[in-house]
Amino acid sequence: MSTVTTTYREAIREAIREALRRDPRVFLMGEDVGAYGGCFAVSKGLLDEFGPERIRDTPLSESAFVGAGIGAALGGMRPIVEIMTVNFSLLALDQILNNAATLLHMSGGQFNVPLVIRMTTGGGRQLAAQHSHSLEGWYAHIPGLRVLAPATLEDARGMLWSALEDPDPVLIFEHALLYNQAGTLPADAGAVDIRRARVRRPGRDVSLITYGGSLPKTLEAAGRLAAEGIDAEVIDLRSLRPLDDATILASVAATRRAVIVDEGWRSGSLAAEISARIMENAFYELDAPVARVCSAEVPMPYARHLEQAALPQADTVIRVARGLVRGDG
Amino acid sequence: MSATLTRDDLLRAYRTMRTIREFEERLHVEFATGEIPGFVHLYAGEEASATGVCLHLRPDDRIASTHRGHGHCIAKGMEVAPMMAEIYGKKTGICGGKGGSMHVADLDVGMMGANGIVGGGGPLICGAALAAKMKGTDGVGVCFFGDGASNQGMILEAMNLATVWRLPALFVAENNGYAEATSSKYSVACDNIADRAGGFGMPGVIVDGHDFFAVHEAAGEAIARARAGGGPTLLEVKLNRYYGHFEGDQQTYRATDEVKRIRETRDCLMLFTRRVSSAGLLDLAELEAIDRDVAAQIDAAVVAAKAAPKPTAADLLTDVYVEYA
Repeated sequence: MSTVTTTYREAIREAIREALRRDPRVFLMGEDVGAYGGCFAVSKGLLDEFGPERIRDTPLSESAFVGAGIGAALGGMRPIVEIMTVNFSLLALDQILNNAATLLHMSGGQFNVPLVIRMTTGGGRQLAAQHSHSLEGWYAHIPGLRVLAPATLEDARGMLWSALEDPDPVLIFEHALLYNQAGTLPADAGAVDIRRARVRRPGRDVSLITYGGSLPKTLEAAGRLAAEGIDAEVIDLRSLRPLDDATILASVAATRRAVIVDEGWRSGSLAAEISARIMENAFYELDAPVARVCSAEVPMPYARHLEQAALPQADTVIRVARGLVRGDG
Repeated sequence: MSATLTRDDLLRAYRTMRTIREFEERLHVEFATGEIPGFVHLYAGEEASATGVCLHLRPDDRIASTHRGHGHCIAKGMEVAPMMAEIYGKKTGICGGKGGSMHVADLDVGMMGANGIVGGGGPLICGAALAAKMKGTDGVGVCFFGDGASNQGMILEAMNLATVWRLPALFVAENNGYAEATSSKYSVACDNIADRAGGFGMPGVIVDGHDFFAVHEAAGEAIARARAGGGPTLLEVKLNRYYGHFEGDQQTYRATDEVKRIRETRDCLMLFTRRVSSAGLLDLAELEAIDRDVAAQIDAAVVAAKAAPKPTAADLLTDVYVEYA
């Protein structure tokens, strides 16, 4: 099988390109997606290939252009809306919650909103407290949305088309530290299943449950744990809403221990939700309490060592997992 | 009078305005019985605006409405019986009893929904207009909003976007003088909402919203311009609402005879009737026949809504996703 060398960024670009070629209803809009090539260079070159109607620069008006995406989706188009960061998406939260997620229900099933919104999330780039948060857990709270978090090249390449085929609004969270991730993909890589979590590393002793930008750190932790004789399983959630309970519970039933690694804040987090589901459904399978590794409950600091201290790290995952397995954490 | 109005147009305009008035007056009465749940915001007094604008629209044109949306629904062609059933929260309602007064919608006639978020329709209508433009139809999108929404950022963002993309859109600011209980004289920083149009690079037009003919003419020009690729317009329609912000509002912020005076001197139906009958375009007997017909239709809608079944427990979890596996 022939393969191509690529990056997470290029994989997303290729997914957008494929969508634009396959479906004339698809277009991309967002801040600086056109001439500038995207704030994270994801859409570089697409303007030349597809023109300004389909690679559409917007004013810095998140509420207006996200709402316009909803209106265009209702008008028969298949918009891909890019929001620069999840923090900025709050300027459009009203449109996302009160219209995109809600219209199907309010209209009694009359109109669905086939809209895809992509945005970056996460910290680690010293951009401080208005560009670095991980708020995807808030969106995963909302009925009516599907929420995806590609963490691998395969998912960066394949989730977009599946999202565009979904008749309901889909939010795709791209962790900013993943864009430069490099590797190979099959030359014919394409759409992937967006309904299931994946076991990224099988193991017997503890389930490390994570997603998005925390996956590489968690895999690193699992590798180092193996060196000390602890065999960790790593689950990549991929879909944050709906959650794939079956994969999570099957893993926990086998390992009897779970650590959830989530870059969101701990209180009211996605990690809290997963923990609750494990308690509700697998309490008697557990040999230890469910543990969580989340971001410190502070706005993201600017100074590098403070920011790194605020974020989940492989060292923390190792310490917590070791404690669960050996009881000496 | 606009030369484009045929006799059939006039009859249709009158029927639309009368239907809205009868629908709203009846809701006012029925709400007082306690049988109607939720918030109900009545459009009575403002009929000439929705009617004058929507008479220019086709089913494939889209409108976004407001919390005070019944008039826009009727003017855009929605059937009154499923609307009434919706407001009663019944399974036979246009939204199956899940939306209510603030979310009545019917995409088949291009009505994208009343909206409980003040100003929420502005961005949506940009998208509707964008879709029409990209598909190469000459369809238009019309955003109705109030003086309250004129101060919302999303409306201002939407007007900017509409000009930047030269969208086939019309922004209709229905200025009834009050945002909830706050006077627009206090809350709108300029003399007229239309004065803001220049800041968004579009024409701003002010019309008397009690005068159907004035609204129809101004909206006609703006919609024709939009269809021809000439971009958006801001049309400010100055009018009055006959009831409170919502049913049950004590209206302590209005003079006691304020509405009575307007009803007696500037009522849109009265002015319309006076004008068409004095010009010999329609005779009073045919208007009265419409009145009787509309009254019967609204009465039947209320009777049917009261008798209709409620949504069932099985309806609770549907319509959240088309697919969710």
